[in-house]
Amino acid sequence: MNKTVLRLIINRIGLGILTLWIVSLVVFFITNLLPGDAAQELLGQAATTQTLDALRAKLGLDLPLYVRYFHWLGGMLVGDAGTSMVNGIPILQLIWSRLPNTLLLAAFVTLVSVPVAMFIGIVSAMYRGSWFDRYINILAVCAVSVPEFLIATIAVLIFAVKLGWLSALSHIENAQTFGEMLKVFAMPVLTLCSVLVAQMARMTRAAVIDQLSSSYVEMALLKGASPIRMVLRHALPNAIGPIANAIALSLSYLLGGVIIVESIFNYPGIATLMLNAVSSRDMPLIQACAMLFCFGYLVMVLIADISEIVSNPRLRK
Amino acid sequence: MTELVKVCDLQVAVRTGAGVDVPIVHGADFSLHKGEVLALIGESGSGKTTIALSLMGYARSGCHIVGGSVQVDGTDLLTLSDSKLTKVRGRTVSYIAQSAAAAFNPAITIMNQVIESAMIHKTCSRKEAEKKAIGLFRELALPDPEHIGERYPHQVSGGQLQRLMAAMALITDPILVILDEPTTALDVTTQIEVLRAFKKVVRERNTTAVYVSHDLAVVAQMADRIVVLKNGEIQENSLTKDLLIEPKHEYTKSLLSAMKPESRQDTATQTIMDLETSTPLLEVRNLEVCFEKDKRVLQDIDLKIRRGSTVGVIGESGSGKTTLARSIVGLVEPSLGNIYLDGEALNASASGRTREQLRRVQYVFQNADTALNPLHTVEDILARPLSFYHGMKGQKRRDRVAELLSLVHLPDSIAKRRPTELSGGQKQRINLARALAAEPDIILCDEVTSALDTVVGAAILELMADLRQKLKVSYLFISHDISMVQAICDEVVVLYSGFKVEQGAGESFKRPPFHPYTQLLIDSVPEMKQGWLESTGANHEALPKIAPEKANVVLCPFLDRCSVRIEGKCNQVIPARKKLEKGNQIFCHHSFSNQKAQEIEVEKQPISQLQSV
Repeated sequence: MNKTVLRLIINRIGLGILTLWIVSLVVFFITNLLPGDAAQELLGQAATTQTLDALRAKLGLDLPLYVRYFHWLGGMLVGDAGTSMVNGIPILQLIWSRLPNTLLLAAFVTLVSVPVAMFIGIVSAMYRGSWFDRYINILAVCAVSVPEFLIATIAVLIFAVKLGWLSALSHIENAQTFGEMLKVFAMPVLTLCSVLVAQMARMTRAAVIDQLSSSYVEMALLKGASPIRMVLRHALPNAIGPIANAIALSLSYLLGGVIIVESIFNYPGIATLMLNAVSSRDMPLIQACAMLFCFGYLVMVLIADISEIVSNPRLRK
Repeated sequence: MTELVKVCDLQVAVRTGAGVDVPIVHGADFSLHKGEVLALIGESGSGKTTIALSLMGYARSGCHIVGGSVQVDGTDLLTLSDSKLTKVRGRTVSYIAQSAAAAFNPAITIMNQVIESAMIHKTCSRKEAEKKAIGLFRELALPDPEHIGERYPHQVSGGQLQRLMAAMALITDPILVILDEPTTALDVTTQIEVLRAFKKVVRERNTTAVYVSHDLAVVAQMADRIVVLKNGEIQENSLTKDLLIEPKHEYTKSLLSAMKPESRQDTATQTIMDLETSTPLLEVRNLEVCFEKDKRVLQDIDLKIRRGSTVGVIGESGSGKTTLARSIVGLVEPSLGNIYLDGEALNASASGRTREQLRRVQYVFQNADTALNPLHTVEDILARPLSFYHGMKGQKRRDRVAELLSLVHLPDSIAKRRPTELSGGQKQRINLARALAAEPDIILCDEVTSALDTVVGAAILELMADLRQKLKVSYLFISHDISMVQAICDEVVVLYSGFKVEQGAGESFKRPPFHPYTQLLIDSVPEMKQGWLESTGANHEALPKIAPEKANVVLCPFLDRCSVRIEGKCNQVIPARKKLEKGNQIFCHHSFSNQKAQEIEVEKQPISQLQSV
């Protein structure tokens, strides 16, 4: 690590914080544009103006928007995301009860999809134009273009309804043994992987092919290197930057964008929490979830950037 | 002597999209004895690299070897399976690529790449290989041989990388080494060092080698025997000494004559002298360009270009010659100084100049491949400046495009084609025609022939001289080739690391004395005779010892490489600009004369301002 690398990394972190701040503005003001507020939602259609005003004053909803923004932002900075408007439970507590589940699902998907995608990408790059490459290509395009709710529904239809091997809903609290865990996670993981693997494998393939056409890989060939050595020793280290970016982009989606999958399998993760918050107009919860997704996304991109910086000797030394 | 390498009736073809084989090498036959160096010479597309690569049983993607045999040490490589071939590559036959900068993997240390083939073929242990590599580094005159291997490729210079690649090729003691244009991408002054290093190891180790090049003069230094190729066919196969004195084939003769640029000075010189007093067409006064802060890439540049004259700018890569041209057209903003067109100061940036000013100064980029938009037709490319500068459209514009094409000696039919369908020479003509479309007064030509084959490049120069006669345009001609510049330019400026070290009439560059750097450049240009490499004075003797330079003072930029530097003078004070008897102005402490040279102080006295750095 030297000064240049440190400067680059600090630069990236600074940019991340700036992005997060801009997102906080957007999230806060956009959610306040939504019709209706928590007071209305709590008191229902029959509420009078007086009771609404009283509740608004109690909840602090009568203050000007920018004042509420600074209260909210200040709270977020010290780790206090406020309390839920619907049930009065601290938001942090709500999130903590769901976050481990989402992270667990993300971890499972990552463990399965990354090695499979790398393997498929590298092999199809090495044998580009072969039947393997072509079939994998067709399969990948299909997997990317089929919407995940369809894959999820078909998976439920086959494995839960027809074969009866798995439960259609993910009862995570039942998963005590490894076998039970496998049963609970099989379908959500399968659904998410089928989309992610295809994306990551395509990107890996492109990055590796780009390197394989370089002069130094030809040079390695003329030094008598085997195809495996050419790819693993010469092409891959130079492809890490683009591959890490592709993986990070794909995986960042796991931290928030899996709403459809979580809701189809009724998986108790962050995404379903946010979904419920939207339907009950629980603004602080929506805002906290959105910020969390954005944070997760930025962390992934930051990791990709740093791994690219560190894998490049021009920047490292 | 037995034949170590024997190539019989080698045929290589390209498979087109339609699945048809188009032959690119039509039955090549040649052989090499042990310890012999054979050169394959020809223009681009002559099949020289293709033949060289087939000596490793390899064809680039799209090509494949159709027939014939390649015997190396008794084995026919073309009958071997892929896995057997990997045992030959890097072990029996090794390869030195054209661009070492591209052929070294940027992510792996140099040492690991140099000894890689020894590791793959298990010829020795890692320790032994590293020791051997350090020995080779030393033989190849690389600086700091003990530690250079710990660096990454981007941390050493191009000439060093090329020599490191030679170490990489020799680490397994191969039977045959293939050198594919190993010095083409280098400056002449670097080329000479690399050639000497190569020649030394080849001679000392009695290496058998195939040397691929387009440059007969370089090949004359290295090879015992020369094979001349054209369009995939062998034209001539002779001993080097015979071929240089008495070329048998017509094509060889044309190659030999294209290597010698003819002097093209015409009547223009005369008229220039008459106009000495009038305002120059373009004048650069006291120009300085900085990149980042305090990193000067050009300083104290004065230059006048008169109507109808050609001014040459030479120097090695990094000397600032392209930056000079870019600041004249306003692509780079100078930090000091001005550019005048007909006595009128131009805005520093192109966006601040009037359309008329932009029209009068045109730029021809070095690489026509990247300068021409591949999606536009030739007509689109030429029509754009016509409508932009002259507001032409419709039939009138089409007629003018046809006129421009005939001006650069291209047929009308080319207008509908795209750059990718044209040859390198044709593209460069379009590039030139695009500049001419503006009807400029001055054209800045940035290395316009360096990407072209000798014969094609000579034709472009011919065309430029012709256009100058017809249209009375002036040129600023940027090149790294001093022999070409002195032949075609009325005035020559020599740049070295951003300083103008010599300036004078093109004629005066034919006879000494010169600035020491100009001398080095001239001595480094390979001559078409055997033994030149050993006899030329360039970079040969040890430099005179001097005390460390005075700190914080700007000194002569050439101090580190100068063979005539003077202790107590060159390392203490910056030289003044002097006028030599023959008329050249130089930036040096020497006056190269028996009589006392008339020192002329530069008008603006740059010394004081330089010393403040």
